[in-house]
Amino acid sequence: MIEAVGPIKRKFAPWDDPTAKPFIRFENVTKRFGDFTAVDNLTLDIYEREFFALLGPSGCGKTTLMRMLAGFEPPTEGRILLDGKDLSGIPPYKRPVNMMFQSYALFPHMTVEGNIAFGLKQEGMDTAQINTRVAEMLELVKLGKFAKRKPHQLSGGQRQRVALARSLAKRPKVLLLDEPLGALDKKLREETQFELMDIQVELGTTFLIVTHDQEEAMTVSDRIAVMNHGVIAQIGTASEIYEQPASRYVADFVGDINLIDGTVSAVEDGVATLRCAGVDATIVAETGTGEVAVGAEAGFAIRPEKVQITLEAPPAGTPNVLSGEVWDIGYLGDISVYRVRLAGGSIVKATVANLTRIVERPITWEDKVFLTWPADAGVILLK
Amino acid sequence: MAERWTQAMRPFLAKWALVAIPYLWSFLFFLAPFLIIFKISLSQTAIAMPPYTPVINTLGEFWSKLSDFSFDNYIFLTEDPLYYSAYLSSLRIALVSTVLLLIVGYPIAYGMARAPKSVRNALVMAVILPFWTSFLIRVYAWIGILKPEGLITIALQGLGILGPGEQIHVYNTETAVFIGIVYSYLPFMVLPLYAALEKLDATLLEAAADLGCPPTKSFWVITFPLSLPGVIAGCFLCFIPIVGEFVIPDLLGGSETLMIGKTLWAEFFNNRDWPVSSAVAVVLLIILVVPIVIFQNQQKKV
Repeated sequence: MIEAVGPIKRKFAPWDDPTAKPFIRFENVTKRFGDFTAVDNLTLDIYEREFFALLGPSGCGKTTLMRMLAGFEPPTEGRILLDGKDLSGIPPYKRPVNMMFQSYALFPHMTVEGNIAFGLKQEGMDTAQINTRVAEMLELVKLGKFAKRKPHQLSGGQRQRVALARSLAKRPKVLLLDEPLGALDKKLREETQFELMDIQVELGTTFLIVTHDQEEAMTVSDRIAVMNHGVIAQIGTASEIYEQPASRYVADFVGDINLIDGTVSAVEDGVATLRCAGVDATIVAETGTGEVAVGAEAGFAIRPEKVQITLEAPPAGTPNVLSGEVWDIGYLGDISVYRVRLAGGSIVKATVANLTRIVERPITWEDKVFLTWPADAGVILLK
Repeated sequence: MAERWTQAMRPFLAKWALVAIPYLWSFLFFLAPFLIIFKISLSQTAIAMPPYTPVINTLGEFWSKLSDFSFDNYIFLTEDPLYYSAYLSSLRIALVSTVLLLIVGYPIAYGMARAPKSVRNALVMAVILPFWTSFLIRVYAWIGILKPEGLITIALQGLGILGPGEQIHVYNTETAVFIGIVYSYLPFMVLPLYAALEKLDATLLEAAADLGCPPTKSFWVITFPLSLPGVIAGCFLCFIPIVGEFVIPDLLGGSETLMIGKTLWAEFFNNRDWPVSSAVAVVLLIILVVPIVIFQNQQKKV
């Protein structure tokens, strides 16, 4: 289904350009439902042609934020601007944004064609033009053969494509995708993610996707906003979010992380020394962007794939060494996960890529192992 | 051996016994009475007990008396304009009533389906509540409301809209029949409509709005078409019994309200002409059943 040569994405980073104007702007937006604050004084800029992801657990306010942009919920406070225009008071049927619903919300009494043509008919487009556009959309999502079918005669993946075609048919300025791939199985989801990216580049539409699946967010989007309890915990590209998480919450929510608590004992030239009493170790790490002061309670965060696991003790004086016993091994095919129990009882995970097909692996259960990493492999996160 | 056979057959028999129940019911209370009525409709009236011939006492006599049966009564129905005008009038009243019921019932069902979940069950109860009182008593109550010196007149006089001597003359007219029918049959229209509307996925309306369709229009292009199964069920549930309605036109309607149920009653009790009234009933059944069967076959094809 994926063409070997897709459109190639150029370097695209308008958020780094101070002169760039945001296309969508949430300005101090708050949304309350009774006592519950779904979105809390949130400000966010999204740029034209950007593929932007709102990532967070259920109930974090990401869907509410999207529904406010679509016009289904009015913000309690603040305003939303699209292309410089305030959207307050504009009903959903007059907004130049279209949404692909999580449940797809296909009209069951209309054919695939009828569903895709629905939005165009509302515009009063003439029949010939509608037919051309519908044919175009059917080709885009590769559903030409199914034009005359009703939604209940399609598979889940096909319905998802119809929903996508319907929401793109009007050439909206912004396409909103609410957990668009949630109902698909893993293989199909991965394929569709790449197709979505191709379609987005091809049409140049601004895409805003809501998802709780971090892999999906990282795969498709230019930037990700990680949300928690109605506020944005961090905005950044996938690698920024993954490699430089701004908080423990982000580090923990996106990907797998080892967190080791300690007290800062020294800071010098952007390098902090962390005394970790719990695991009886001293960790040296870059301070990153946060202000780290001597005596502060902090945590050291490191991704499992950046931890090296060895049977031989490293030379004396090597910084960043933890020792422990292999507690558990998870074989996942491409990688193996070693759960190592340290002296204090806490568990540190280390993953190793399985580069060869050897059956016997040197490290096994209850082996005494050493965990090491370079100084720049992890980050210090303040409490 | 025999025991093993019954054991093997048991699930099979149980399944068929279950399927047989509705068939048995239909046979006992629909098909058998219908055959009796049909037989009487082919007989001749007589001053006797029962008032028709031939009387078949045993099945053995059936073939010997077969030549006594005739379609005379059916031919008679076509000769007297009373009958076909009564049929037409019944169909017209039923049609108008069904349309009125749909107009009154749809907004009620729609309102119920859109009400907060917590009050929906209470609203359904409220719709069913009138059934706790006998149908006949409720129709009698309408006489008290509609008659010239009834509650409507009193209320309008009290409001000063009517002068002291003036009265509302609705009772004994076709309007009163329509009021009675719409009132009595409303639950049969509202409940299937509510069932259809309650199932409707609200995100479909959001999707329609999202694609540029204003709410009033999305009602006609989304809500109404998707509620059609409920509309059809409600219309059938009302139309069919209204065509044969006897009590409401008899109690609320005047002499000019001609309905086949009343004609049948008069034929049966006043004229004691069992064969002709049976023929009237058989024709009524055909008028109702044939279009329904055709319609259902059409639905299956779609």
